[in-house]
This record gives sequence, structure tokens and C-alpha cells, in this order.
Amino acid sequence: MSFFKALVNGLWKENPILVLMIGLCPTLAVSTAAINGVYMGLAATFVLVGSNFIISLIRKWVPDQIRIPIFITIIATFVTIVDMVMHAYAPDMYKILGIFIPLMVVNCIILGRAEAFAYQKGVIESIGDGMGMGLGFTLILLILGGIRELLGNGTLFGIQVMPLAYKPVLLMILPPGAFLTIGFLQALQRYKGGNSR
Amino acid sequence: MMSHLVLIFIGALLVNNILLIRFIALCSFFGVSNSMSTSIGMGMAVMFVMVLASSASWLLWNFVLVPLHLEYLQISGFILTIAALTQFVELFLKKNSPTLYRAMGIYLPLITTNCAILAVAFTNVINNFNFIEAIVYAIGVSGGYTLAIVMFAGIRERIAGAPVPKLLEGYPIAFITASLMSLAFLGFKGLFGL
Amino acid sequence: MSIEQKFYVSAPPHIKTEQDARYLMYQVIIALIPATAAGLIFFGWHAAGVLLISIISSIFWEKIVMYIKKEKRELDGSEIVTGLLLGLNLSPLVPWWIPLVGTFIAIVLAKELFGGIGFNIFNPALIARAFLLASWPMDMTTWMAPFNGLSQATPLTLLKLKGILTPYLTLFLGNRGGCIGETSVLALLIGAGYLFYKGVIDWRTPIPYILTVGFLSLVLGKDPIFNMIAGGLILGAFFMATDYTTTPITKPGRIIFGVGCGIVTSLIRFYGGYPEGVSYSILFMNALTPLIDKWTIPKPFGYKKGVRV
Repeated sequence: MSFFKALVNGLWKENPILVLMIGLCPTLAVSTAAINGVYMGLAATFVLVGSNFIISLIRKWVPDQIRIPIFITIIATFVTIVDMVMHAYAPDMYKILGIFIPLMVVNCIILGRAEAFAYQKGVIESIGDGMGMGLGFTLILLILGGIRELLGNGTLFGIQVMPLAYKPVLLMILPPGAFLTIGFLQALQRYKGGNSR
Repeated sequence: MMSHLVLIFIGALLVNNILLIRFIALCSFFGVSNSMSTSIGMGMAVMFVMVLASSASWLLWNFVLVPLHLEYLQISGFILTIAALTQFVELFLKKNSPTLYRAMGIYLPLITTNCAILAVAFTNVINNFNFIEAIVYAIGVSGGYTLAIVMFAGIRERIAGAPVPKLLEGYPIAFITASLMSLAFLGFKGLFGL
Repeated sequence: MSIEQKFYVSAPPHIKTEQDARYLMYQVIIALIPATAAGLIFFGWHAAGVLLISIISSIFWEKIVMYIKKEKRELDGSEIVTGLLLGLNLSPLVPWWIPLVGTFIAIVLAKELFGGIGFNIFNPALIARAFLLASWPMDMTTWMAPFNGLSQATPLTLLKLKGILTPYLTLFLGNRGGCIGETSVLALLIGAGYLFYKGVIDWRTPIPYILTVGFLSLVLGKDPIFNMIAGGLILGAFFMATDYTTTPITKPGRIIFGVGCGIVTSLIRFYGGYPEGVSYSILFMNALTPLIDKWTIPKPFGYKKGVRV
């Protein structure tokens, strides 16, 4: 699979959240506002690209039996980097994203792609896949966060968008609203001819 | 002391239910819950490993990482401990208790990537729990996990025979179900001042 | 699919003809007349407006769903019941759009998306109520004093936040703030009596439910009589916790359901963050109903559990 094919695949057809159903935990928790989604998505993309790159690079020298711990160690390194950088340069966002930054180390997307793609394919393709999956993830976070913020708070990226007469549906920024929005997005994606699983 | 522990337990079980309120461990929630037997097996496995992992990571943090000023190794240290622990438990069960292994052993590899176990390890540190509190917390969280997943499995089995609109069949309706379950759990907000 | 699933029988009502469903629905509507009348007497045209919007929009959403699904059947009265029950569970002072949105949630989200009547897991009116309460808490908790339109808190709120006790007779007759249909215990009991007489509801859910709340109140040092007649307990126990589709089929199951509701209601009332817990407790037990049914269905004679390899 070429770089671009891998990129586009992760973005829509095999979108990690809507289709593959992986990486759900941070998605629901973090998507209470659009901007949170952006930060989380970019953090995950950084880790994805980094880990995919390294794992693909060294794949020929990694014995099969201990590959999972090695993947985890590599991923953990990148996650630690992101954790520290965010803590230092974006402390407010760091507090909002909370436990979900370090939890990236067991994020099914990152580990899953390492196993299913980076371990098997070439370096350039793996970078493409990392970017595609990461951006697909970020896209969903953005859409989800945007919908929930718009309906539940009347704002988008902190700017008042809905008319003042609009009474925000508080439930949207609460847990039930998260589940509901994803359920409908999945149905929508299926309707628009995506792969259904 | 006792009432404090009960509060931690109830908080983890209902008020801040790990699946329906905190959104952690959702991959397994949707993946495993289409049948009752797998859900019960998974719940048992999670409970077993979570309590062990909570203790092990607590010990690692308080007796190794902190004294040696290696706090930045928290993420790597915890996850490797959990992975090793899960592997060890699987081997141990395979050898010493075939029945138990058949009941929950197959779920163990899945547990390594179970966010909930890692989340509990992190939360113990964030909340500065002592050893007993960490164990009670782990029991509460895994109890909440098991409750939610078994409840969900029961509902999903019933929905399987229903004329759900085609667009929603499978995962979308499962998410909507989870949404309504989460709505029901909102009633526990503020319980005992939690 | 497991063999149990292949032989799965759907939850009641086992509708043989539209006649059966319609008959049941009409009985429920008749039973709700006393409580509706009481609500109209106490809360006047505010209540009338809420109830009217609720029932009409309920029918409206149902018709739209039928149009989209290209169904040709007649309305069976269930949407009127949903609309009425939702309306009775609302404060008379809610804005007009509350029942409109609420019935959408009840009919479309809680019922039709799951496959329509007989297939929903959760009580539609209560899902709507919980949804509305979580989304617009201020609008949903503005209460009205009977007859004069001034705002007044419900007896449970008065107790929880101010320690004020409302006298029994007031609670019984209904001369107090609250949801349109919940205030008059007298009217509700008349309606419940009618449903028992017609054999529409089973005592096994409401009676254990109410008695559990009374018992727990006694044991935990609260006033049992007060707790049994205040709030939405009587309305919930007789009219919402007896919904066929969302509650257990088996007889022991129903008792378990009732007791479970009682426990959760008491927990939320006495120790929780809300003054009232009836809606949430019924929803919680709705979620447990598939499990309760599974574990209380009697095994056929000679049944042996499959041998696992």
C-alpha cells in the first residue's frame, strides 16, 4: 500500500473510531469541546507516526515472541515525550486531557497499527499509515467535539455560534451525549457508503 | 476508616463508573459484550488482574520509582509491570488451574491493553492512596466494570432479536444503548457526597 | 447465535392484534383520568398546556416515524399513553418546547430506534424525563404552588434543602408543588385500583417497591409514611414500573424489580445528589431486567446445562 493510499485509508474507509472501533476511550472523554479534540488528536498522531516509524525501521531485528513488550516500550517513550512537552508548554490543556495522555500507551489504535502495519510494511508506508490513522482519529475528535460543544454549549472553539435564544442541551457534554453522538456518526458513516463491520 | 473505604468503593462502582461515566476500557466493553458468558469471563479476569496490578504498581511506585527519583519512568514502568503480570498470571493459571484458565484465561492477553488497569494504577498515584485504599479502589472499579458489562450484555442479547433499523444494527444501537445506560447511572451523581 | 437466542420470545405485550394493545392502552388512559383531573384542578391552564402539547407532539412524532418507515398500521394508543405519562411527570411551569423535545426523545430515541413497541429496553417517558432533567435542569425544576401560580418547591426538595416537613393530608390530597400527575396520591390510588380491578397490572412490582421504600425509611431513621406518599413514588410504582415491555416477565422477577427500585430510590433520596430518585431507579432496574428475566426463568423439566469441552 503506498503512502497516500495508507493515508486516505486511515482517514475514512478504515477510520479507526467509526469503523475499526478502536481508540474509543479518549475519544468520548475528551470530545467535550472541539479544541480538546485537536490537541488530543495531534498528540496521538505524533506518537503514532513516531512509533510506526521506529517499529517499521527495526522490524527485521525484532523477534516475534517479545515484540509486544518492545512495541510498548517504544510507544511509551513517545508518550512520555508528549506528556512532558504538553505539561510544560500547554498546562491548561494538559489538565483537561488528564489521564488520557499517559493512557495513550495502551491506546488500541497505536498498538494495533504497530502490530498490524508497521511490523509488516516498509518505513514510508508506515509513516503514511501513522499519519492517516492519526488524522482520521483527529478528524473524528474534531467532529465529535464540535458537535458536542455546539449543541451542548452553543459555542465552537469557544466562540458563541448559536443564537442566544438557543438553550444548550447540557446532556451533550455529559457522558450520555458522547455515546449518542458516536452512535449517530457511525450510522451516518454507514449511510454514506462506508464499510460497515 | 471503614466508611472512607466504603465511599471509595461506592464511588468507583457507581458514581464514577469506569465504563459509563469515565469512558475507560470501552474497546473491550463493545467488543466482548455481545454474549453473556464472555462478559462474565472478562469481568472476572479484569477483577483478578486489576487487584493484582493495582498492588504491584503501587509497590513499584512507592518503593522503587519515588525513592530513586525515577518518577518519569511512571508510564513505562506501570505498563511493563502490567504486561508482565498478565503474562505471569496466564502461565500460572494454565499450569495450576485449567478450569479457571478456561473460564477467563483467554481474556488475559486482551487485558494488557485494557486501559482500565493502567488507569487505576495512575489514579492511585494521583489520589495518593495508601495500599489498602488502592486495593479497595481496584475492587470497586472492577466491580463497576463487571456490573456495566454484564448489564450491557444482557441488553444486547435481547436487542439481537429486535427489528432495529438497518442503519443502526450492530454498533450504532449498542452505542445508543450505552448512552441510555449512562443516563440511568447519572442518577448516582452526588451519592454520599461523592 | 446461541440456541436460546434462536428460540427467544420477545417481551410482552405479545400483540396478537392491534386490538389487544389498544385495549390495554385505553385502560391505562382511563386509570390516569383521576390524576390528570387533579393536576388540572391544582395547576390550571399551565398543566392543560403541558399535557396537550405532550400528547399532540407524541402523536406527531409517531406519525412521522411511521411515514419514514413506510408503515401502514393505525396508531394503537401507546403514543397517547407515553405523551400523557411524560406530561404528568413534568412541572406545570415548563416551557412549551420541553414536552415537544421530550416526546421526541421518548418516541424516537427510546422506543422506535430499538425496534418499536415491545422492543424497547427503557421506559420511554422516563428516558425523556431523565434526558430533559440533565439537559435543562433549571427549566425542569421550577415548581408551582397549587391554585395561585407562584413558585414553590416540592415536599422532597423542601425536606432535603430546608428541612421542612409537609403534612400527610396535604401530601395525600395533592395540595402541593410537584409534577402535574404526582401530587394527588388519592387520585393515583383510585386509578391504580382500577388497573388492578381490570387485571392490567400485577401487584408484584408496585407493592414491594413501595413497601421497600417504607421499610428502608424506617430502618434508616426517616419517616416511612412521608416517604411512601411524597414525590413521584406512587405514580412511578403503579404506572411506570408496571410497563410490560421494560419490566421482568417472570413473577419472582417482578418482585426483585420492585425491591431493587425501592433500594435505589431510597439510596438516591437519602444519600444522593437529587431530592427524588424514582425515575433513575426505574431506569436502572430497566437495564437489569434482561438479566433478571434470564436468571428467573424456570428451567424446563430435565434441563441440563450444555457440557463444555
